[in-house]
Amino acid sequence: MKLSVVLNEGPYQHQAADTAYNFTRAALAKGHEIFRVFFYHDGVNNGTRLTTPPQDDRDIVNRWSQLAEEHDLDLVVCIAAAQRRGIVDEDEQKRHGKDANNIAKGFRISGLGQLIEAGIQSDRVVVFGD
Amino acid sequence: MEEIPEEYEGGIVKKFMYVNRRAPHGTIYAQESLEVVLVGAAFDQEVSIVFMDDGVYQILKDQDTSAIGTKNFSKTFRALEMYDVEKLYVERESMQARGISEDDLNVPVEVITSEEIGRLMEQHDVILSF
Repeated sequence: MKLSVVLNEGPYQHQAADTAYNFTRAALAKGHEIFRVFFYHDGVNNGTRLTTPPQDDRDIVNRWSQLAEEHDLDLVVCIAAAQRRGIVDEDEQKRHGKDANNIAKGFRISGLGQLIEAGIQSDRVVVFGD
Repeated sequence: MEEIPEEYEGGIVKKFMYVNRRAPHGTIYAQESLEVVLVGAAFDQEVSIVFMDDGVYQILKDQDTSAIGTKNFSKTFRALEMYDVEKLYVERESMQARGISEDDLNVPVEVITSEEIGRLMEQHDVILSF
């Protein structure tokens, strides 16, 4: 089945960030296709490479990056939500004159249209959050 | 809106349902949900919006957010008609529990029961809940 995943909550703050990852990994292991993972609301905070979790804790951002590399996943951070919360890639850095960027490997910033397209193209959209 | 929605030329038309369950202020979910609806409107999909639980407060008349400094986006719901988003449903039980009548709302809606919303959900392809 072709699936898309929407994650609406931030890492460490909310277990949705863990269940979305676990679901995605499990779906891939079962042979399903993940069309896209879309990060919205505080979910965009899963896409910053500047987190430094304690060594005895899971690394939520890195494990998304790794999973993306292994399975060629499309990890999309919503641009409007990202701008509010300071998730920045090189293009956004230039466009808004910021002094840094922080997007993690394997993530890209794009528009909400990517969420709608995921709904149109996927057999199921699975939303994680309250 | 910061972004210009891209036209979707895929030719697939699905039934999208946006379920608004949260109060308009206090968290950003309601405001960012509306952004999805507006961007999604460019994709020529069939769209329904449901207001239930505290989400019914989103379409109350005469909202004034000046004292809390947040954006009063309630007026935007009135513009949805221009985007061909005309199917707005409100859950009867949620209105009754909160002492809200149709006269208190700033947009024309269809008031339906929880059970009817359940049946409506079954008829939709993509359900995004905020």
